[in-house]
Amino acid sequence: MALLRFENIGLRAVSATVPHRVVKTRSLTEYYSEEEIEKFISATGVEERRFIDKDKSASDLCYKSACQIFDETDINRKDIDALFYISQTPDYKIPGSSIILQDKLGLSKSTIVYDINMSCSGFIHGLLMAYNFLQHADINNVMVMVGETLSKMISLQDKSTGKLLGDAGTVAVISKGVQYGESFFSICTEGDNINSVIIKGGGAKIPSSPETLKMQKWGDGSIRNLEQIIIVGDDVFSFAISVLPRDIKNLLEFAGKSIDEIDKYAFHQANNYMTNYIVKKAKGNPDKLLQSIQKYGNTAGTSIPLCLVENRDKINTNDSILMNAIGAGFAYGTALLNIADCKILKLQEL
Amino acid sequence: MTIDEFVKRFSEEFDETPVEKFAVGTLFKGLDEWGSLTALSIIAMVDEEFEKRITGADIRNSETIEDLYNLVMSK
Repeated sequence: MALLRFENIGLRAVSATVPHRVVKTRSLTEYYSEEEIEKFISATGVEERRFIDKDKSASDLCYKSACQIFDETDINRKDIDALFYISQTPDYKIPGSSIILQDKLGLSKSTIVYDINMSCSGFIHGLLMAYNFLQHADINNVMVMVGETLSKMISLQDKSTGKLLGDAGTVAVISKGVQYGESFFSICTEGDNINSVIIKGGGAKIPSSPETLKMQKWGDGSIRNLEQIIIVGDDVFSFAISVLPRDIKNLLEFAGKSIDEIDKYAFHQANNYMTNYIVKKAKGNPDKLLQSIQKYGNTAGTSIPLCLVENRDKINTNDSILMNAIGAGFAYGTALLNIADCKILKLQEL
Repeated sequence: MTIDEFVKRFSEEFDETPVEKFAVGTLFKGLDEWGSLTALSIIAMVDEEFEKRITGADIRNSETIEDLYNLVMSK
């Protein structure tokens, strides 16, 4: 486990954009019984999600979010020294979307850009990269984008993901400033669980073919092809509840804080059952848990910044925020930071 | 925890299935109420009661409540 401490770096602005198209869970009666749907909503919290239009991509959502930051805060395009784009649904296999966004946003030619393939823990991983780059004297502002259009990667007839996953694009700007004080990170990787969350087909190992696109019925009754995402929900849950509460405890001990001292929790919106269990096991206060899953579902790595935006009215200046997420791999992590004077902008639609 | 206590605790994770449907030899995946969400609640119950981790594969490889009890006790 990597435990890391930083000083005087923090979130300066956060924005999020969701597609305009609403898909209500209760509308999926073609594939699921009403009883099945009600049980699902009761356990996960997902009432509805947003699905992107066919001709749009995750980078379009992030582009709109970035423009909002330039339009509504004092951050200028020329201020951005680095841009990290975290996604599992890139525009193209080549080139990376970060390169496209540098040009589309009109950022400086000296901007350092990276595409990062991380799953639901992507925002915490992206923040950590930004914090590390900001150790350098000449790097002052880093843009961390997380964009996912998982609606393009799911089968609605998949019992694990068909009612769960949704789309969003988020942007955070991380900057230097004494107002941010100390921040803490814990990052862990246990890569022996890759089959728990995976898209097997369409990559280099199993190239796209008529076979990978053929819809198949699986043991649990799900219908999907090999180029659509598999989430083995019970394995993810079992692993998550065994490691995440401990990771939170370790980070808080490292930071010299108790969970009672933390103002808000922005945890990955995996599903309510899992998130609530983790809060309970970490001996947290459920009233401090921010939520967005009801309206947007599980939006993978975008869910933490989306949650901040969705709950912007509940977040106060100088609130301490505990973030926690687990994603494919498994890769997981926890972060504790001070929201300071972060500009959390109003949610947009595309 | 004895196996009878485990069967009772197991049954408490179900909302609609009558308690008399649960016995040591019950093939739990054949119960009408069994599904992915009840699987999560059984994993959580074992975590809470035993502080042990059972995986999705452990559940898939168990047929009866007794199988699951023995697996938990062996961990």
